[in-house]
Amino acid sequence: MHVYANPTRFLKIARPLTAWLGWAGGATIAAALAWGLLLTPPERLQGESVRILYVHVPAAWLAMAGWSGIAAASLMQLVWRHPLAAIAARSIAVPGALFTAICLATGSLWGRPTWGTYWEWDGRMTSMLVLLFLYAGFIALAGAEKEKGGEGRITAIFGLVGAVNLPIIHYSVVWWNTLHQGQSISFVRGTSTIDPSMLWPLLVSALGFSLLFGAIVLMRMRAELARIKVEARLKRMAAS
Amino acid sequence: MNAWPFIIAAYALTITGTLAVTAWSFVAMRRAEAEAAMLSERP
Repeated sequence: MHVYANPTRFLKIARPLTAWLGWAGGATIAAALAWGLLLTPPERLQGESVRILYVHVPAAWLAMAGWSGIAAASLMQLVWRHPLAAIAARSIAVPGALFTAICLATGSLWGRPTWGTYWEWDGRMTSMLVLLFLYAGFIALAGAEKEKGGEGRITAIFGLVGAVNLPIIHYSVVWWNTLHQGQSISFVRGTSTIDPSMLWPLLVSALGFSLLFGAIVLMRMRAELARIKVEARLKRMAAS
Repeated sequence: MNAWPFIIAAYALTITGTLAVTAWSFVAMRRAEAEAAMLSERP
């Protein structure tokens, strides 16, 4: 990771990678959503509403992966003082919050025809709502600390502490037997209870959204690096 | 219950949100990089 601590070296890789991830992600999402919406069969019990899962599950995955990224970047910032770590964490926060909100909204839209309710204070849903509040807090804290000229250490500590919510989200369906169904895919065991006709478009959709998420984060990192460059240049011009 | 209005709403929400954050991030990046390039060209 320290190899990319140099912003110039990082930008040399980030510039071509942004376009590649963006186009590949967009094309994969379009194909996966068309597949899920038009070609997959309705599920035996859920019926047509199963199609909502092709957008809901990738959003849930990105919401959690986003905070994992924030926690990893925060750790790098606090322990190794990696110069790009704080920028990376701040760049993940907005798309991470968006996908958490999408996860909650699409989950509600799936719940109404399937469970008969938009919302239930169930372990999984409540812990996802807590994650949305954590993202909002992180964005507000990062903005306030940046405005005051701080190094972002308090924000990084918040990013690390907030990671406590991730295992709670993951194991909520195991610890509390409430409305949300249990785990369908286990990457550790390599097992799935989903029929392959529905599993494949779901995995392709998750891949597409992940690629686009990467492109969005890189775009936001590049924007922030350029703004830092402008600020430094203006300061030098004012001083001379 | 007819699930299609809920499916359409979920897809519309996801696509709109994703496109909005992508466009916002792209425009912000282009604007910031153009400004940085313009300043670095100045003597």
